[in-house]
Amino acid sequence: MIVDDLKEIVGGHSMFAGLGTEFLELVTGCAKNVRFHGGEYLYREGEEANEIYLIRDGHVAQELGAPGQGRMTFQTIGPDGVVGLSFLVPPYRWSYDARAQDDVRAISLDATCLRGKCNADPALGYEVMKRFMPTVVDRLHDTRLQLLDVYGARS
Amino acid sequence: MSTVLAPDPQLDPMVPTLARITRKIDEIPDVVTFEMEADGWSGFAPGQFNMLGPFGVGEIPISLSGPASKRERLVHTIRAVGPVSRALVELQEGAVLGLRGPYGAPWPVERAQGRDVMVVAGGLGLAPVRPVLYDVLENRDDYEKVIVLYGARRPEEMLFADELSTWRARFDIEVAVTVDHASVGWHGHVGVVTSLLRTVGYDPANTTAYVCGPEIMMRFAARALTDAGVAPGEIWLSMERNMHCAIGLCGHCQLGPVFICRDGPVFDWARLRPLMQQEEL
Ligand SMILES: Cc1cc2nc3c(=O)[nH]c(=O)nc-3n(C[C@H](O)[C@H](O)[C@H](O)COP(=O)(O)OP(=O)(O)OC[C@H]3O[C@@H](n4cnc5c(N)ncnc54)[C@H](O)[C@@H]3O)c2cc1C
Ligand code: FES
Repeated sequence: MIVDDLKEIVGGHSMFAGLGTEFLELVTGCAKNVRFHGGEYLYREGEEANEIYLIRDGHVAQELGAPGQGRMTFQTIGPDGVVGLSFLVPPYRWSYDARAQDDVRAISLDATCLRGKCNADPALGYEVMKRFMPTVVDRLHDTRLQLLDVYGARS
Repeated sequence: MSTVLAPDPQLDPMVPTLARITRKIDEIPDVVTFEMEADGWSGFAPGQFNMLGPFGVGEIPISLSGPASKRERLVHTIRAVGPVSRALVELQEGAVLGLRGPYGAPWPVERAQGRDVMVVAGGLGLAPVRPVLYDVLENRDDYEKVIVLYGARRPEEMLFADELSTWRARFDIEVAVTVDHASVGWHGHVGVVTSLLRTVGYDPANTTAYVCGPEIMMRFAARALTDAGVAPGEIWLSMERNMHCAIGLCGHCQLGPVFICRDGPVFDWARLRPLMQQEEL
């Protein structure tokens, strides 16, 4: 019953919406519900990227400390978003901090578990990649736009 | 405004009339709003601009940023980026300057009647598109959802922050703001303005969008809207180019076959997209 609920939640998140039952079961096998209070860190820069978070409620700020500038938030991710894409590529390490801006409810996927299942079943692996890649590409575009600093005076 | 003597602009379209600043509002660093009065001023349509000239410095195009329905109101929001704009921003209440206009093709506001209205603005781009919002909110029942997405570089650089908060408190308009980066004390959204498009609910097939901001931001926004299913002919953008005559004579503002001053500055994406791809024309 509890597993069925979890399956529904995972399948209800946009990342896995429409995923076939068999794959959904495999993914849900790596999933658990988690909560973070506002201000709590989901992970810190440099740590091993061993989890992926599918956000259900609340917002997560991705932060970096810049010398002389203090800590900066460069992106926030809200409901139905995903945090922790570093799980996709070696060396599986977080490149920045992720902090709950308010109370956050999420599904945490065990990255080692999911990677293991993807390696064992390339069809699942391809499906998972297909689902995460658009977010990776969106973030790449967003980062480029941010880098261009479009609101500054033209030089 | 009887005390200001103005040359008759009917005689020569390049001769400015005289305008006087009646109120100066400091918005954010380097940005001010002027409320002004000018002889013969009889109103404008949202999206139009005036050529403003502090005497002896030059003349630049500046959009009208106040409500178009209040015909007597003449409001401009200006950012100091170079010699002419800085000279304008430094003017004080009571100062007199040259004004020609209004010029240009307006935002087609009525086109969105019965449809969702999506305003996407970045940086100072909120000023030229603000008259659209005034119009829509004055006739709120004529429209379906009204969504405003606004992006700025940092929280301290958000234009019209008080007005955005007022709109946000209304139940009949959805306002989402974002900044490109912020210190950790900021609890709002961080990310480019186009990322907000992924967080709001609207009916792309029944949406008219008004996009205003830096050109790159507008291109990204127009692409994201088209990808979501908004028709290119329903996405309206306001273009900026250096101008001299503002009346289609000198060619300063040419973009391919169009003159931004005469044919624009507001264009739909269906028309603009091919021109932006051959920018060097
Ligand atoms: C139709 C139209 C409507 C406009 N509406 C407004 C408005 O409502 N408010 C407003 O403040 N400006 C507006 N502008 C832009 C404004 O006209 C320019 O900022 C102005 O021409 C700059 O002139 P300048 O002599 O001060 O600086 P310039 O000597 O022309 O430029 C100085 C430096 O600033 C850069 N620069 C020029 N324009 C901009 C810009 N828009 N943004 C960032 N950097 C720039 C230049 O590349 C250069 O590096 C509008 C432009 C157009 C075409
Ligand atoms: S500014 Fe002269 S043609 Fe447009």
